[in-house]
Amino acid sequence: MKHFYKIALLVIVLIGLQVTVTMTDRVYYLTQLTMAAYYTMAVLGLTLLMGYAGQISLGHAGFFAIGGYTSAVLTTFNLRPYSDSILFRLLDTLHLLQRREDLYGELIINVNPVIAMVLAIVISAVIAYVIGIPVLKLKGHYLAMATLGFGIIVYRIVLGTPVFGEADGISDVPPFFFFGNFGISGDMDLRIQNYYIAWAFVVLILFILMNLLDSRVGRALRAIHGAEDASKSVGVDTAEYKLKTFVLSAVIASMAGVCLTHFNGGIGPSEASVMKSIRYVSIVAAGGMASLWGTMFMSTFLNFMSLRGYFGSYDDAVFGGILILIMLFAPEGILSLSFRRWFSKLFSPAEDG
Amino acid sequence: MSAELFFQYIAAGITYGIIYAIVAIGFNIIYNTTGIINFAQGEFLMLGSMIAISLHDFMPLFPSIVLAVIITMFIGALIELLFIRWLEGPSILRMIIITIGISILIRELALAIWGESVRALPYFTGDEVTSVSIGVVKVSPQVLWVVGICILMVIILQIFFQFTLLGRKMRACATNPMAARLCGINTKNMVTLSFMLSALIGAVAGCVVSPITYSQYNMGTGLAIKGFTVAILGGLGNSLAALGGGIVLGLLESFSVWVMPSAYKDAISIAILLIILFVRPTGLFGSKETMALKEF
Repeated sequence: MKHFYKIALLVIVLIGLQVTVTMTDRVYYLTQLTMAAYYTMAVLGLTLLMGYAGQISLGHAGFFAIGGYTSAVLTTFNLRPYSDSILFRLLDTLHLLQRREDLYGELIINVNPVIAMVLAIVISAVIAYVIGIPVLKLKGHYLAMATLGFGIIVYRIVLGTPVFGEADGISDVPPFFFFGNFGISGDMDLRIQNYYIAWAFVVLILFILMNLLDSRVGRALRAIHGAEDASKSVGVDTAEYKLKTFVLSAVIASMAGVCLTHFNGGIGPSEASVMKSIRYVSIVAAGGMASLWGTMFMSTFLNFMSLRGYFGSYDDAVFGGILILIMLFAPEGILSLSFRRWFSKLFSPAEDG
Repeated sequence: MSAELFFQYIAAGITYGIIYAIVAIGFNIIYNTTGIINFAQGEFLMLGSMIAISLHDFMPLFPSIVLAVIITMFIGALIELLFIRWLEGPSILRMIIITIGISILIRELALAIWGESVRALPYFTGDEVTSVSIGVVKVSPQVLWVVGICILMVIILQIFFQFTLLGRKMRACATNPMAARLCGINTKNMVTLSFMLSALIGAVAGCVVSPITYSQYNMGTGLAIKGFTVAILGGLGNSLAALGGGIVLGLLESFSVWVMPSAYKDAISIAILLIILFVRPTGLFGSKETMALKEF
């Protein structure tokens, strides 16, 4: 358990954060911290792809949206008119249906969010696999443009299709209770519980990714990032590794999308927008590209600031600015900056730093 | 579909195709001298037209366009000086991210200055309802302006790159920066120049299309992606082929409205981009051998 101490420290910090927030009577912060956690999940997946495997994706919000929209559509679609069909009865006997009443007391029967989640994961994995095969053959500008194109297509489809609610998105998505009253829900009284659920997901993803990176896979990915042709020549199946990483990061993003949709009780097309994808990229860049911890820290911080509205109407500009500044001055990430060396270099230009 | 409508679609397709081609040429110029795809290329069109619209409040149409083009050129130079010039051997990933950041900043700045309102320059000749008949097709005189000016720009660029010393210097940098430097060409200045040239072309195109497509702070992104599609279609770096690629895309897009809802129109051109990237990344007119030598 090499990472045990780091994770334990994170858990202590998270508990401390919750206690402080509750003690100081600012429980409402937990809502943004929960949302930030789900975004962090998606960004962690992107870190694996961008930072470690070195493959840029400007369409990651697309996968987030695929997850969110799949779940939203399935759990809001009323199955009552189809109650005679075989599939309906099968699902019913397996207890995979949910009954609730809408505002007017009308009975609505939906599939259980569990099915929705599973389907969302399967769909995004399949899409990632299918487009990943050709996309990941590309490099540099072409890869960037192809993933950007994928993101825009998802956005356009979401925006132009009535099933997805067009510009309004989908609202009234039911909460996702794992058992009883325990689960992802936007209910004010369940804030603390939701905070821990969300962060449990993040810790889990973090743990999986850290172990993955320490394994043979992680070394292969780093080799691909360093020199793809060279790693191919020593027997690393580069295409295979890149594709698997792509699918994994897409699935993580899509799971995050499912969770956030149930937490917010809805999803809108802005989740699929290019700006969201670029925001994820800028967070990965700010976190130091190949640093899960850096990404997690920056993602929580920046998303929290953004969700609390500290950036005002300059939200996008802030993330654009971050991108430029990081890439110009600290392509290894803010946390990597060695300020002492930087200063000494500043004052003694003759010295070769 | 009647024959008349058919030709009308063709006319619309060619018009848009030529606009896309101009954006693509802007991409090509910077790509040729630096190996960078400038993701902020679409923003030059937006800046050119928005500045011209603002200036038009104080002065007649043509001076305001000329001034707007010059201002945009200087913005292009400024971008290069601030963000590109002093980087030493930056990786492509880094450059992609930087130019994306630049495009976001320019867009947000434009949003802060001009707001979300949709504006347009007036028609250069006539107005919304005037039309000129060419055979069976009726087009707005502005379409003729677009086609005329864009084709003129392509010809001037060809002459510039083939026959003037400056153009040849820029091409030398494109072929082999190291050798160009050894011959005494200041490659860094050539890069600045290519940004200015690309901004100039973008701004001119932005001004001539503004009466037809209207201008808004976020018009650049869509145009940039289509421009890139066209640049790829023609083969990255090849400006004459971009013209052909542009017309192909314009026609495809124009006829796509006929078979599917126009809400998906943008998705079509991007799907074409993806298909081209997957199937034939060298472009319709490019060759594999020359592509293998290039870095992207």
